[in-house]
Amino acid sequence: MSLSEKTIEETVSTLPLPDKIISNLSNELKKTRVTKKQLDEVIERALAAYENSRIPPCEAAGVVSAQSIGEPGTQMTMRTFHYAGVAEINVTLGLPRLIEIVDARKNPSTPMMTIFLEKEYAFDRDKARELAWKIEATYINSLGNTSTDITEMKIIIELNKKALNQRNIEVEELAGKIEEELGIPVSSSGTTLTMGPEEPSYRQLLQLGKQLRTVTLKGIKGIKRVVIRKEESGEYVLYTEGSELKQVLGIDGVDNTRTRTNNVNEIFEVMGIEAGRAALIHEATETLNEQGLTVDIRHLMLVADIMSVDGEVKSIGRHGISGEKASVLARAAFEVTVSHLLDSGIAGDVDELRGVTENVIVGQPIRLGTGNVRLISKKAT
Amino acid sequence: MVVATPKRIKQIKFGLISPKEYRKMSVTRVITADTYDDDGFPIDMGLMDTKLGVIDPGLRCKTCGGRAGECPGHFGHIELVAPVIHVGFAKLLRKILRAICRECGALLLDPKKKEEYIEQIRILRKMGQSAEDVVSEVFKEARKSGTCQYCGEAQQDIKFEKPSAYIEVDEVDGIKYEHKLMPTDIRTRLEKMSDVDAEVIGMDPNNARPEWMILTVLPVPPVTMRPSITLESGQRSEDDLTHKLVDIIRINQRFQENREAGAPQLIIEDLWELLQYHVTTFIDNAVSGVPPARHRSGRPLKTLSQRLKGKEGRFRGSLSGKRVNFSARTVISPDPNLRIFEVGVPEAIAKELTITMNVTPRNIEEAREYTRRGPENHPGANYVIRADGRRVKVTEINGEELAELVEIGWKVERQLKDGDIVLFNRQPSLHRMSIMAHEIKVLPHKTFRLNPAVCPPYNADFDGDEMNMHVPQNEEARAEAKILMHVKNNILSPRFGGPIIGGIHDHISGLFLLTNSKDKINKNDALELLAKMEIRELPEPVGKENGAPYWTSKQIFSQILPGGLDIEFKAEICEKCDQCKGVDCEHDAYVVIKDGVLEQGTIDEKAVGAFKGIIIDKLTKEFTPDIACKFIDDATRLSIRGIMRKGFSFGIDDEYIPDEAQSQINEVLESASDKVEKLIAAYKAGELEQLPGRTIDETLEMEIMKELSKARDSTGEIAGRHLGMENSAVIMARSGARGSMLNLTQMAACVGQQAVRGERIQRGYAGRTLPHFDKGDLGASAHGFVKSSYKNGLSPTEYFFHAIGGREGLVDTAVRTSQSGYLQRRLVNAMQDLEVQYDGTVRDTRNMIIQFKYGEDGIDPMNSDFSKPEAAKRIIDSVMGKVKE
Repeated sequence: MSLSEKTIEETVSTLPLPDKIISNLSNELKKTRVTKKQLDEVIERALAAYENSRIPPCEAAGVVSAQSIGEPGTQMTMRTFHYAGVAEINVTLGLPRLIEIVDARKNPSTPMMTIFLEKEYAFDRDKARELAWKIEATYINSLGNTSTDITEMKIIIELNKKALNQRNIEVEELAGKIEEELGIPVSSSGTTLTMGPEEPSYRQLLQLGKQLRTVTLKGIKGIKRVVIRKEESGEYVLYTEGSELKQVLGIDGVDNTRTRTNNVNEIFEVMGIEAGRAALIHEATETLNEQGLTVDIRHLMLVADIMSVDGEVKSIGRHGISGEKASVLARAAFEVTVSHLLDSGIAGDVDELRGVTENVIVGQPIRLGTGNVRLISKKAT
Repeated sequence: MVVATPKRIKQIKFGLISPKEYRKMSVTRVITADTYDDDGFPIDMGLMDTKLGVIDPGLRCKTCGGRAGECPGHFGHIELVAPVIHVGFAKLLRKILRAICRECGALLLDPKKKEEYIEQIRILRKMGQSAEDVVSEVFKEARKSGTCQYCGEAQQDIKFEKPSAYIEVDEVDGIKYEHKLMPTDIRTRLEKMSDVDAEVIGMDPNNARPEWMILTVLPVPPVTMRPSITLESGQRSEDDLTHKLVDIIRINQRFQENREAGAPQLIIEDLWELLQYHVTTFIDNAVSGVPPARHRSGRPLKTLSQRLKGKEGRFRGSLSGKRVNFSARTVISPDPNLRIFEVGVPEAIAKELTITMNVTPRNIEEAREYTRRGPENHPGANYVIRADGRRVKVTEINGEELAELVEIGWKVERQLKDGDIVLFNRQPSLHRMSIMAHEIKVLPHKTFRLNPAVCPPYNADFDGDEMNMHVPQNEEARAEAKILMHVKNNILSPRFGGPIIGGIHDHISGLFLLTNSKDKINKNDALELLAKMEIRELPEPVGKENGAPYWTSKQIFSQILPGGLDIEFKAEICEKCDQCKGVDCEHDAYVVIKDGVLEQGTIDEKAVGAFKGIIIDKLTKEFTPDIACKFIDDATRLSIRGIMRKGFSFGIDDEYIPDEAQSQINEVLESASDKVEKLIAAYKAGELEQLPGRTIDETLEMEIMKELSKARDSTGEIAGRHLGMENSAVIMARSGARGSMLNLTQMAACVGQQAVRGERIQRGYAGRTLPHFDKGDLGASAHGFVKSSYKNGLSPTEYFFHAIGGREGLVDTAVRTSQSGYLQRRLVNAMQDLEVQYDGTVRDTRNMIIQFKYGEDGIDPMNSDFSKPEAAKRIIDSVMGKVKE
């Protein structure tokens, strides 16, 4: 007399449990032939178990999370660089990376993107390569040799035919691009490009040579290198050094749903705060896991939430969350003591003494945990 | 004794003090720079006037009548002859001067705009946010105006010279006329500012008028906060603040004399500047652009700002963290016979630290007994407090007498005894398990003793570590310690929801040796192994040998497991075969426990270790912490006996490998060297294939590194083949007790590549690392590859490279600790106010919601197992009445 999958699904899904537990339960239940009576008992036990594993009210969740992330920090390696996924790309890892994440740096020291491709590109090596050339910034140095003719006051570029073909660039196209960027006429003959400054001056010639090297001829400026790698699934994935999420997402063939960058701020700017929060959690988890440290994801969530609660990614520290605390004493006790006190005097700030540090300073019980519980007694009648 | 009702400070308001208020709160005007007269008595109206409070014992404060210690001290004041600028506000003053009219003092903005800004600021303040951005906009807007909207006065540019000089620049026909603004001029302008204008620039005019930023009266801090110390020679040494105040008073006097005598303007200005300097350094002695005031010895003075700032400053050093009584500190040493929640306390400490007993009808006899025993007979009493609050010291002599006098309402400060709850702590206190509550066991000798199984949470070892102990002083604190901080309630770490307390080192080797053997244990040995446990009966013997019954080691271990425990898991020694044979594992690495009986498998780190111990995890979560505690206690004792049964040692002989293995190793290293040479040859010939995205040099380095690490690994394998499971180091490495196979490889076979920043060693002389090598030598040994093993010894060059690599490791650790410490401080500071509410939300002190449901599911990380699919499966299985498919 076992119940049908549908009835199981219906009864389980209405339970006051977190979604994940419900799906776990119903998945497991579907595998068994459970009777109504048994199901009731399962539900009863599940509810009891949930009640047991709930976080108790008044728990100082913040401190616990902070300690849970800070404590493994001492065990992390300092080794800044290592190869993440691809041997060719260096990524900051370990403690420096964790610090970078909680600092919410605008420019991480090693920005990197993982670009997934849409189906028709993902399994075709040539198409993937083509996309890679579209993304990687190409400079003149990788296309040919540049020489300066001082007598003629000209810069001569001997283009490498192979490199051009590989990157699918036409000589005319290239000439046009340089003309556009530098604003000077470029004459091409065969694979040779010649150009010179408007006024024949030695200084301008040198400057032109310098400028020429910085012109992005193809691809996205800021992406220094693209590496193609075949994943175990047979799919080709692009790994880049440098990160330009917005521009990369605009390229046809890039899978916008899976492509990601390790620059949290960029994700926040392009896709909003919820994505930024998710990225924070993802990056922190990755960093910790890579070091072989296990930290419960709830701790990382709490950190990500406090960093993103105001609708922008804020850093942990003086310039972010700690600097915006309501309490003068808490701010003064953290960093830059004197200026906080002087400023609060000017503004006539009032410290409401609600937080932990403030109450420790004035010497009274803190309003957290057991300090937040009061006894109420009924009058004996 | 009347117990005062606890008062709660509701709020603290900050502001500036007006000169009027300074004078009002001052108890005396200070006019003489002298401190004491010839008799050593404080001079009236001097800096040490007894009206300002007293520090000398015996004297009484003229203001409140209190003695030293009772009188909190009182402020005095110095009337400054001319106003000076408060350095802390110098920058703000500049902004204000540029934003207000030089004639009428009005803020140079339209009245309508002012209203708008006030509105904005009020809203921001109300929401508890900073109005900084609005205020800086106000300053920017107001500065643009060239003439005053109100009086039509043309505005002049104001130049600011650090630290506190303001110069007005008037431009007439292209010629610039500069004139200095004296503090008096500035003050007149600020006085003209209206309250409304003050509010627009973010000030609170009721508590902080702009002109109060310019000092006309200087408060003199009470003597109690600048006590002088009497040196051995009888000479008095004054506090830094007193020195500074002396300077100020002297200059102030000279200034006044000169002015009254009608000295030239130039001299007056000089003196004014000098006064400004002294007042500036009195407030902050580290202002950039001002030479710090120095003590006679050349040490910079510590003035007001320096007292507040930094780690040892008032805020972090004296207010957020305080020194405490009822604490003890000494070296720790291990004692596996203690229970994990016990701490062995030296008798000397137990005699010194006390717990206050309130004498009631129920404990009066007990209290008298303690008093009778006096301070020298261990569980005695050190003091009694009579009903009127007088403390009486208990001595050998008056003990008996006092004991009879003890009555209800008295208090007896009794010494610590077995079973008392104390807090035990080891720094750095990185997580909450760094302070746990232990029960006392008074022991002889001078160290704190603890069970080695509690070392992981404290991160302690016994190489000279010291730990602290604190004795909670009231019932509330003791209850909280016992319920929340007790070791048994902290077996699970909230970081990852697993056990953090468990066997280490020899506990693991011991249990491994015991359970991995096929020994037949006779009755004597069985009883010996289990002697320390509360086991009163042996199980049925497996069989008989020579007429005597014998037991297996697994049976012995099963004795310490509670009934009803069912688990199956792979042990640490599991070789991770492609196809797990499960129950039929030939390494005995598949552990099966049914109903508290170890049926098969080896007990090692995976079972009982800290961080990993599956049995401990199960016992804490599915049974009770008490049972888990008991298990750890028993396991530590059993393991010690288990290891003693076999004997366990490690010496240089254990690193010996046969000659044939050594020659194999040499061969491997030789061929690796050849391969490296080949790579170098290919590189030099330009035939090396470049890795994508790498330069040719990087490619070569990477290839060489790869080749050499492969060689090291294979030498390790060769060595490993010759060092079997009978080798102590292998046992330790495989069972997870200590060390790794890599350590063993380094000892017995080959140390391997020494690296700096993840690369081969490149630094040293031009073109080579050491003069022993040719210039441009790219070979293995020239760049830090150590072919020797630790046992065979390193060659001089190898030794040097090893030192380089070793030094990097040391520097790394030193840098890391400071960095991660700061990271943790920032994290804690940012998140300390967050609390889970009764409705499941996480909020900060402003009641702002950070998370609507803690961790999105409201589950405690300590019980995070519940969110895993296995939890659901377990519930269903137990209902369906089967343990396993």
